[in-house]
Amino acid sequence: MATGHDAHHHGPASGITRWFYTTNHKDIGSMYLWFSFAMFLLGGMFALVIRAELFQPGLQFVDPNFFNQMTTMHGLVMVFGAVMPAFVGLANWMVPMMIGAPDMALPRMNNWSFWILPFAFTMLASTLFMDSGAPNFGWTFYAPLSTTFAPDSVTYFIFAVHIMGASSIMGSINIVATIQNLRAPGMTYMKMPLFVWTWLITAYLLIAVMPVLAGVVTMMLFDIHFGTSFFSAAGGGDPVLFQHVFWFFGHPEVYIMILPAFGIVSEIIPTFSRKRLFGYDSMVYATSSIAFLSFIVWAHHMFTTGMPLAGELFFMYATMLIAVPTGVKVFNWITTMFKGSISFETPMLFAIAFVVLFTCGGFTGLMLAIAPADFQYHDTYFVVAHFHYVLVPGAIFSIMAAAYYWLPKWTGNMYDENLGKLHFWLSFVGINVLFFPQHFLGLAGMPRRIPDYALQFADFNMVSSVGAFIFGFSQLLFLFIVVKTVMGGKKATAEVWEGAEGLEWTVPSPAPYHTFSTPPAIK
Amino acid sequence: MTNKLQQHTTSTGKLVAKLAVTVVGMFGFGFAMVPLYNVFCEITGLNGKTGGQVEYTATTADIDKERTVTVQFTAMNNADMSWEFHPMQNQIDVHPGELNEVKFFAHNPTATLVIGQAVPSVSPSVGADFLHKTECFCFTQQVLEAGESIEMPVRFFVDKALPTGVHKLTLSYTLFDVTQNFAGAPQLTAK
Repeated sequence: MATGHDAHHHGPASGITRWFYTTNHKDIGSMYLWFSFAMFLLGGMFALVIRAELFQPGLQFVDPNFFNQMTTMHGLVMVFGAVMPAFVGLANWMVPMMIGAPDMALPRMNNWSFWILPFAFTMLASTLFMDSGAPNFGWTFYAPLSTTFAPDSVTYFIFAVHIMGASSIMGSINIVATIQNLRAPGMTYMKMPLFVWTWLITAYLLIAVMPVLAGVVTMMLFDIHFGTSFFSAAGGGDPVLFQHVFWFFGHPEVYIMILPAFGIVSEIIPTFSRKRLFGYDSMVYATSSIAFLSFIVWAHHMFTTGMPLAGELFFMYATMLIAVPTGVKVFNWITTMFKGSISFETPMLFAIAFVVLFTCGGFTGLMLAIAPADFQYHDTYFVVAHFHYVLVPGAIFSIMAAAYYWLPKWTGNMYDENLGKLHFWLSFVGINVLFFPQHFLGLAGMPRRIPDYALQFADFNMVSSVGAFIFGFSQLLFLFIVVKTVMGGKKATAEVWEGAEGLEWTVPSPAPYHTFSTPPAIK
Repeated sequence: MTNKLQQHTTSTGKLVAKLAVTVVGMFGFGFAMVPLYNVFCEITGLNGKTGGQVEYTATTADIDKERTVTVQFTAMNNADMSWEFHPMQNQIDVHPGELNEVKFFAHNPTATLVIGQAVPSVSPSVGADFLHKTECFCFTQQVLEAGESIEMPVRFFVDKALPTGVHKLTLSYTLFDVTQNFAGAPQLTAK
């Protein structure tokens, strides 16, 4: 990297300590992305244990307690280890480059917010090797299952969640400070790329709800070790209170995992449609409305806890209201593509699949929002199908789209388009074979989180497991494609894509170690 | 340039300070949800939560002979609770405003001292606010020596304001073993 250009700046330090001591947003972004990919594979392994066990009725491979540990760890690792760090990694890489900033506003804290994550997940994963086994109470860790009846390893889980929360909070403070204070002159709020906008709103959501999560696990810690009774009815507490506090965090959390995805798709679709994004302003307002509504719908996760009718109706209507701004977004993406000269490179394929399949997930969400119907769907595979449709072809597909879209900018090399398309089609087919039958299973009444099931569910479960293995193993192809691109390939131009707009495409590929040391001029 | 950079650093500092305060505030808000939730449940009678001890006075004692409400009693043990525990009467018909007494029976069949705590709940939840207890074994813990039995009274009356659609109320008790919570407490005395 010692080119003439970099001679008077300093390039990356050499050796392993570069990664320990780095304060460079690109280095930290790369570390976040690699870390999240590692967690994606780990969480994926847990998922494959689940699907292997469910391939046939009866108990084949694991005992029910270990099965429960797998569902718990799969959820926790995927939510906190794969999806969230991947988005933070993308924000680290792209936000400063998109707004013309030289780096993140708080580079040292940035280093710290990444480096505490591996410790959190090592601690969480280490519970698998403990005598008591890993947490087995589901990723939603409802009390008193997670307090009175929890395995001893729950304390490790609590501290791991504390560390993840601290990491997310520091990361979001950094992103807010960067976006609000480091924009290049002329980059007004309403000129910011949508990925930056969605991340600004996501960061505020994180700042608002991660402390509540920290609070609820702290209450658990006190109930378990210090004799308090926040969630124990015997001591005057209330287990339902746990669900209220948890979902007050949990519902904004699901938007934390999807808003940056909206931003990514809003970058990719205009590029490959060779048109400007339709309805930029409405996109910003829709994102803000979704963020606001996310705070007043939490009890739709709790329709069956015995809420009064007025509560059920309020949360039902508030939830359905979210379909309005979300619909605005979906129609804007479709209108952007309308009469565009579309080409179907891998990022665009993932983005279009995102729009279609996320909409499917949104519709099942609308079905679940209907309180009287939810009594039938609650805790069935229908719910599993719903949230996997919004998280896998939703959040995960958008992350993959982003990886293919910006990979040439990061590495300076084009990825192999044929392999990328193969990866897409394997993932697309795999995901639908995996999750679509789960809708039918749920409607037929198969409960979630069970290691064994009644015989009438056998066929759809077998199909679903086949899809899981197709999808799971095709991600190794993704790893291969990324490694291949990092190692070499056709050189990418600065612009990379024909129709791409935005500051990140004005710097050379690969992006120099330091970009925008002097702010760019914004038209 | 230096000046600009200086301004920049201060405004970042201010922003970070504000955000940090928000973080601390939201952490506190998580805990504030505990009392808020309890107040909310008490006002609305959600969750079948009943109020605490209520005085039976002359104003509440005006009995509505026209109306009869059936009050049913159920008792169950929480996991690991070893006592025999049941109401001595399964249901009674009462007039709103009338003071009634029923007894629950508890027996500790184990060879050790066990402390129990009963937690009441009333359903339907719309009626929870209208069943007032003037005396209840659930207001204190029960301490039973090995093999000991006890009859525990509950005195209650139904509020005349009970919504007209409600004809039946169920008062249920769940008995928890709280011996652990009081382990090491000096000289437990049975009440």
